[in-house]
Amino acid sequence: MSFINYSSREINCKLVYYGPGLCGKTTNLQYIYNKTKPDAKGKMISLATETERTLFFDFLPLSLGEIRGFRTRFHLYTVPGQVFYDASRKLILKGVDGVCFVADSQMERMEANIESLENLRDNLTEQGYDLDKLPYVVQYNKRDLPSVVPIEELAEVLNPTKVPEFEAVATTGMGVFDTLKALAKQVLTELRKGG
Amino acid sequence: MLTPQLVMYEDEVRRIQSVADRLQQDSRSRAILVVDKNGQLIAASGSAAELDTTSLSSLVAGNVAATGGIAKLIEEDEFTAQFHEGKDASVHMSLIGRRVILLALFDKNTTLGLVKLRVKKASTELESILEDVAKKAQSPQQSVFAEITDADIDNLFND
Repeated sequence: MSFINYSSREINCKLVYYGPGLCGKTTNLQYIYNKTKPDAKGKMISLATETERTLFFDFLPLSLGEIRGFRTRFHLYTVPGQVFYDASRKLILKGVDGVCFVADSQMERMEANIESLENLRDNLTEQGYDLDKLPYVVQYNKRDLPSVVPIEELAEVLNPTKVPEFEAVATTGMGVFDTLKALAKQVLTELRKGG
Repeated sequence: MLTPQLVMYEDEVRRIQSVADRLQQDSRSRAILVVDKNGQLIAASGSAAELDTTSLSSLVAGNVAATGGIAKLIEEDEFTAQFHEGKDASVHMSLIGRRVILLALFDKNTTLGLVKLRVKKASTELESILEDVAKKAQSPQQSVFAEITDADIDNLFND
């Protein structure tokens, strides 16, 4: 749910990165954090296990600039991807304005991708959202690995509604900012349509 | 369906700020934060300037969301208040109107009892302001997005 504060002249939106375990959601945020200027970001919070698996969420506040005198701020969240953290994923999705689904391009993770995407749709529906009506992009991560599924096949299964999709290698940053910009732009465009 | 928005106009923010300032003084707390349940900071008072209020707001909202999940599992209504005691500083969180979280950060300069008493009074005032916010949201108001064009949005993302 976007928050517009006329007093402080801010537009605040929430973006959630979703996907199966170890697909690269946290890596996306870490790259964004490392490459963003200090005055455009806040502290990155990671609530993780001792083995650095996301336990509850990662959080990164970003400022993307001003529109008509209003600062646009985006709060980026990741969900824990492991299957048994579903209760936590539902909580993090509350108030979401835009979703990025991060798919793991490896062949052996295809089933996990499908399960996670279905889980996303179900969890959104449970909260009264419709994935097909929400600002939404898909990222095919880990394109540098040897056993990756061709993009066409990934898209057929994971992007049947043909939302904007991006190839990525989050560890190097390839595709990370393109994904973020596309999603943020979609969110603002939707807000403008409704305004 | 477009996701709903929370819109705070100057008048409501000023009133909420005033409640927060008064609560901070009356309860002798170090800082008071008023946070939207989705983790956005609405108002802050006291020594909040020394704190990373952005991170704190997100974590507070996550905390309330997690304990809300626990409440649901044990078939309890939401936990409307939480208290976490630290060695030097403690925090008291309360849920106002199911929409906003009121956080009081305090130390040995005051007592939990005083904080709870003052929070209770402030909660009533905040509930009334939130009702006004909800009423205003139902009637058409000038929107910042009415002025924003597609070109404005494109320019934001041009390097």
